[in-house]
Amino acid sequence: MNPFSSGTRLRDMIRAIRACKTAAEERGVVRKECAAIRSAISENDADYRHRNMAKLMFIHMLGYPTHFGQMECLKLIASPGFPEKRIGYLGLMLLLDERQEVLMLVTNSLKQDLNHTNQYIVGLALCALGNICSAEMARDLAPEVERLLQFRDPNVRKKAALCSIRIIKKVPDLAENFINPAASLLKEKHHGVLITGVQLCTDLCRISEDALEYFRKKCTDAVVKVLKDLVNSPYAPEYDVAGITDPFLHIRLLRFLRVLGHGDADASDSMNDLLAQVATKTESNKNAGNAILYECVETIMNIEDNSGLRVLAINILGRFLSNRDNNIRYVALNMLTRAINFDAQAVQRHRATILECVKDSDASIRKRALELVYLLVNESNVKPLTKELIDYLEISDLDFKEDLTAKICSIVDKFSPEKIWYIDQMLKVLCEAGNYVKDEVWHALIVVISNAPNLHGYTVRFLYRALQASTEQETLVKVAVWCIGEYGDMLVNNVGMLDIEDPITVTESDAADVIEIAIKSHNSDVTTRAMSLAALLKLSSRFPGCSQRVKDILVQYKGSLLLELQQRALEFNSIIEKHQNIRSALVERMPVLDEATYSGRRAGSLPAAVSSSNVTSVNLPNGVSKPAAPLVDLLDLSSDDVPAPSSSGGGDFLHDLLGVDLAPSPSQSGTQKSGTDALLDLLSIGSPTAMNNSSTPDILSLNLESKSSGGSLDRLSSISSIPAQVSSPSVTSPIVDLLDGLSASQPTIEANGQQFPSMVAFESSSLKMTFDFSKSAGSPQVTTVTATFANLSANSYTDFLFQAAVPKFLQLHLDPASSTTLPASGNGSIIQTMRITNSQHGKKPLAMRIRIGYKANGKDVLEEGQISNFPRNL
Amino acid sequence: MTIRFVLMVNKQGQTRLAQYYEYLTIDQRRALEGEIVRKCLARNEQQCSFVEHRNYKIVYRRYASLFFLVGVDNDENELAILEFIHLLVETMDRHFGNVCELDIMFHLEKAHFMLEEMVMNGCIVETNKSNILAPIQLMDKAS
Repeated sequence: MNPFSSGTRLRDMIRAIRACKTAAEERGVVRKECAAIRSAISENDADYRHRNMAKLMFIHMLGYPTHFGQMECLKLIASPGFPEKRIGYLGLMLLLDERQEVLMLVTNSLKQDLNHTNQYIVGLALCALGNICSAEMARDLAPEVERLLQFRDPNVRKKAALCSIRIIKKVPDLAENFINPAASLLKEKHHGVLITGVQLCTDLCRISEDALEYFRKKCTDAVVKVLKDLVNSPYAPEYDVAGITDPFLHIRLLRFLRVLGHGDADASDSMNDLLAQVATKTESNKNAGNAILYECVETIMNIEDNSGLRVLAINILGRFLSNRDNNIRYVALNMLTRAINFDAQAVQRHRATILECVKDSDASIRKRALELVYLLVNESNVKPLTKELIDYLEISDLDFKEDLTAKICSIVDKFSPEKIWYIDQMLKVLCEAGNYVKDEVWHALIVVISNAPNLHGYTVRFLYRALQASTEQETLVKVAVWCIGEYGDMLVNNVGMLDIEDPITVTESDAADVIEIAIKSHNSDVTTRAMSLAALLKLSSRFPGCSQRVKDILVQYKGSLLLELQQRALEFNSIIEKHQNIRSALVERMPVLDEATYSGRRAGSLPAAVSSSNVTSVNLPNGVSKPAAPLVDLLDLSSDDVPAPSSSGGGDFLHDLLGVDLAPSPSQSGTQKSGTDALLDLLSIGSPTAMNNSSTPDILSLNLESKSSGGSLDRLSSISSIPAQVSSPSVTSPIVDLLDGLSASQPTIEANGQQFPSMVAFESSSLKMTFDFSKSAGSPQVTTVTATFANLSANSYTDFLFQAAVPKFLQLHLDPASSTTLPASGNGSIIQTMRITNSQHGKKPLAMRIRIGYKANGKDVLEEGQISNFPRNL
Repeated sequence: MTIRFVLMVNKQGQTRLAQYYEYLTIDQRRALEGEIVRKCLARNEQQCSFVEHRNYKIVYRRYASLFFLVGVDNDENELAILEFIHLLVETMDRHFGNVCELDIMFHLEKAHFMLEEMVMNGCIVETNKSNILAPIQLMDKAS
């Protein structure tokens, strides 16, 4: 029975699937077929096995799971007939991959087939091995493959060569066994053996230095000769493509020469003439010829310097670039991007053409060209190039704007010759494509603006005009709102007029108008609105005439459903109403933002953020993982002489600066969080430097202690009583109490669960950790563990941090600790609860690795341990 | 030559043949095929035959109602892959005689056999059409 002609039922299935009108119908047909195949498998039906496999391959192609057919592949491979083996091997390659354990079972069949007398079966086995073999199989079967590299039939040799590539990639140690056989493949005449042999040699060179040395010394001339013969070969009908004999082999050989010549002057020398011949003689009116030229150019670029050849290569690329065929232009741009490392001058010559390609209608070409332009920019051409790109931004496709904007911003940032140019370009980008601009970009812009005092007036007037024209670009609105808030007086009084500006007349209420438009615009997100509120507060102080109007707007937001807005409105309102005497000081212009600090932060923001969130999340008793200095700086009074906010908490610097902290943090305790924030904000007025330490309790105590130093602290404590959530300066203790209460109340709730004795989980000379366990009746898998830490030494510990890791079958949820400070000699304790979910409940006991870090006497201490003596049945 | 996958897709975006030379789960495949098909089928005849997607470069070519898409590494010679697609189509043409979507659908295994003789582990094995087809014709004769 032949599986390939008799497949009536296979045909039926394909027809049925083709006839399906909807995806649901198709799923139905596939489900039915799969069910039939499964039952055939379970009945061990050998007659239809091959047909079922063909069906499974079709189903697999459609994207349905077919793992249940994997064993069938193995059975087919083990059967004696060629057709069965043929389809079995195909199924093996399609349905299985090297990660599956089933694959190990096939090693034996493969070994037998590699030694089979039928060369086609040997070929099948080699092909399968080459496509899917794993490292273990590679080790087991490498000797067979090595032997087959010298098999009499070239069709087997070529497959053995590619199979060897897979083997040496899986097990690089085996590479040296293949060097000699691979070298002898280069002497072959059969193109299939040559192309695979060259590929094997190339990959050997990549894996092993020895192989590279060997081939360079022994084979460079031979490879040059092979290519020369190929280039000069007469017409060969079976390999001819558009008048060129086997372009694929050309390309492989050129690629191998590139590897041999790279970094080696002698080898490069011996191939120069041939490369020149290929570069000049190859026909460039057909795709095949261009493919060879393209490869040849890359080889010339990568081997050791030969200026004559380089000129030839650059000329070819120039010709490519002006070609009408988009494919050729694409590869030209691609290659120029690589060539820029070798000869930037030559690439610069094509700048105008490349810039035209940025505006091409084809997205692939645009993208390549933009990458290239980005590399071409330097100090001398940044201005014209940026102008071109920004002009194009106006008319570019929407989906290209994001890439384009990011590149322009990066160019401007990197090469800007002067501040006014930087500000001009960025403002233009914001006007055109503000919605595509990333947060870092406009944050950086504000830092630059802040650092250019002579441009404040110019910038704020520009932004005022832009905002009047349109409020559609979100980031433009943000920057404008911030600038008007800070420099509103300069806007109204035309301070710092530059020669290039047209004078404008703006009244105080005009300025308030634009902010009001921004806050009411439906485009504005909560960040913009919050910034607008802050700007209004500032304006109310700069323009006393507008004070009442600002108050009216603030009142509208007192009932806002957005907590941030509501809180700001309430706070600002009370500042206007009750604290006229400190208002002007509160809303003074922000100190110049420190550029160096900002760029440093930006560069190192990632690790900083990670480490800081680790620390602060433990520090804050309410478990809010955020740096402790949000609004502080905005309201900061006495830090005018401090160049930059010195909070070491990390996090996003500009969030601090702008008083914006609206990043959706995964905190569940929103009210507590803002309560603490508000407290920090208000209390920090007296002693901002205390913010260096980001632990909330510490700040509070410091602030309270400094009561006498800050003269205004009596007022402060009254301020701090304003926000609804904050009832008294000693608010932290209720929060802690609250948490304590929670952890204390849990055991009582769960008292109806099982009881477990408590245990000393960890004890060292300086620290003791006790675990108490409880379980709720409903969920036996979940254990609540309460860890109590006691200090056994005479020094108190600060920055206390407990970390734990569990094996995969467990899930650990760690609640924040009750404190980060552990008083000396057991005069207090830290309590931390965790919930452990045991997915193997009843089978495996709990286990845990722990690490405890703290500071004692100013020194960092780290203690580690493993806990495996948990009570059973947890 | 590092070919990562070969796809044949019809005008409606339905996959007609898929051969991957690296491991992807079924879900990853479906997602990848969907994304690529959406990107490539939206392009017009004048635009170039290369599309960058994730970390692949897709080289594609349309023959009547069938799109041939080949995913390759970023440093691969795009023009050569284009030539390879043409060789694949010529080979199928020689076997099926003016190959069409239905030939591939109903003789999926044969299409795979041909591809298998041409590409192994992402590298080109053979470019001679007679050599590629010899084992397949031999098998046809035997049956």
